[in-house]
Amino acid sequence: MIEFHLDERSGVSPYQQLVRQVRQALRLGLLREGDRLPTVKEVVARLAINPNTVLKAYRELEHEGLVAARPGVGTFVTTTLADASLAAHGPLRQELRRWLAKARRAGLDDESIEALFMTTFRNAAQEDIA
Amino acid sequence: MSAVLRAEGLGRRYGKRWALSDCTLDIPAGHIVGLVGPNGAGKTTLLKLAAGQLTPTTGGITVLGGSPGAGPGQLAKVGFVAQDTPTYAGLSIAEHLKLGARLNPGWDDALARERIERLGLDPARKAGKLSGGQRAQLALTLGLAKRPELLLLDEPVAALDPLARREFLQSLMEAAVDQRLSVVLSSHLVSDVERTCDYLIVLVDSRVQVAGEVEELLAAHHRLTGPRRDPARLPADQHVVSASHTDRQSTFLVRTDAPIHDPAWTVSQVSLEDLILAYLHKSAATRRRPALEVQR
Repeated sequence: MIEFHLDERSGVSPYQQLVRQVRQALRLGLLREGDRLPTVKEVVARLAINPNTVLKAYRELEHEGLVAARPGVGTFVTTTLADASLAAHGPLRQELRRWLAKARRAGLDDESIEALFMTTFRNAAQEDIA
Repeated sequence: MSAVLRAEGLGRRYGKRWALSDCTLDIPAGHIVGLVGPNGAGKTTLLKLAAGQLTPTTGGITVLGGSPGAGPGQLAKVGFVAQDTPTYAGLSIAEHLKLGARLNPGWDDALARERIERLGLDPARKAGKLSGGQRAQLALTLGLAKRPELLLLDEPVAALDPLARREFLQSLMEAAVDQRLSVVLSSHLVSDVERTCDYLIVLVDSRVQVAGEVEELLAAHHRLTGPRRDPARLPADQHVVSASHTDRQSTFLVRTDAPIHDPAWTVSQVSLEDLILAYLHKSAATRRRPALEVQR
């Protein structure tokens, strides 16, 4: 079962954070078809957040076709996002590790690495759109 | 949609001072409402009027369709946890529950006992020997076990340390799901309100500054940044909540339901905290206008 957490300083709304965490867990294979998401009561009892925030996140996930609510039983994952791409994770991670080591040898600190990655990532994403 | 709380021109005066004036609200059921404002703004007065512990000087208020404090039926529907979560220091937890059972016709004894057990509290313990967090949990238990439809809480977590505060809010949110409660809680801790509330009321100087569903409020407020401009030259449908200027730049927080097309502005979203602070600041500015104009 997935356990949600909340970053108050991220600038991302709480409901969006919940949606992203489910999507990410699906991509990483931590959640698979048939898994049950925590109930609204379980989530609010853990995070002390508004119940409607959880309901909204679950509705959005349902709308995206990732989960389905079975009344009186719970909300279940209906798809697996990871299968095709998960196999590629290992080699990609290894390459990224090598790249990180290179960046450190070149004298970049954590913040510079993150900044370099994010700007490159965004530029590439924008070029894809254009 | 049924309203949990409806007020029309509601006011309450103590001697010459108005603690609450011209308050008009229409809060639908099923929300967790955050009542925010500085000390002395009228939050406690509004909650006591809703609980039937005070009577209005002007206007009217209905709670769950009835007049607050109208009789045992009405009192049973509304729970009230007063400021500093009062308990009887000399009575044990078990005695508090016994008292609750005797005073409340709809008392849910199983729920009360189960909550006390889950909190790991010894029923024989005197309330005076409990920590602040435990006392708050006891007061919450008493409020929940009467099985109200609406629970009013006056600054329930103000005196608690961060851990006890989080635990209290966890319990409250869980109960809101379990018992399908509507909740109105006053707080001056914006981060708690941001987390737990989906309806907001900002009260300053005895007046409601803004009230509405959090999501709608966030969608209707924008921060505009751009070349310096006189607020009077903004479109009529953009209500300026706050404005600040440097010699070249202006920053406005505006409320509008229409899209903003003016290319001169960089438009950004505001957080709930920014929104609340803008309204608090706005009313502070009207009080001290001369001083602020000099500062600009």
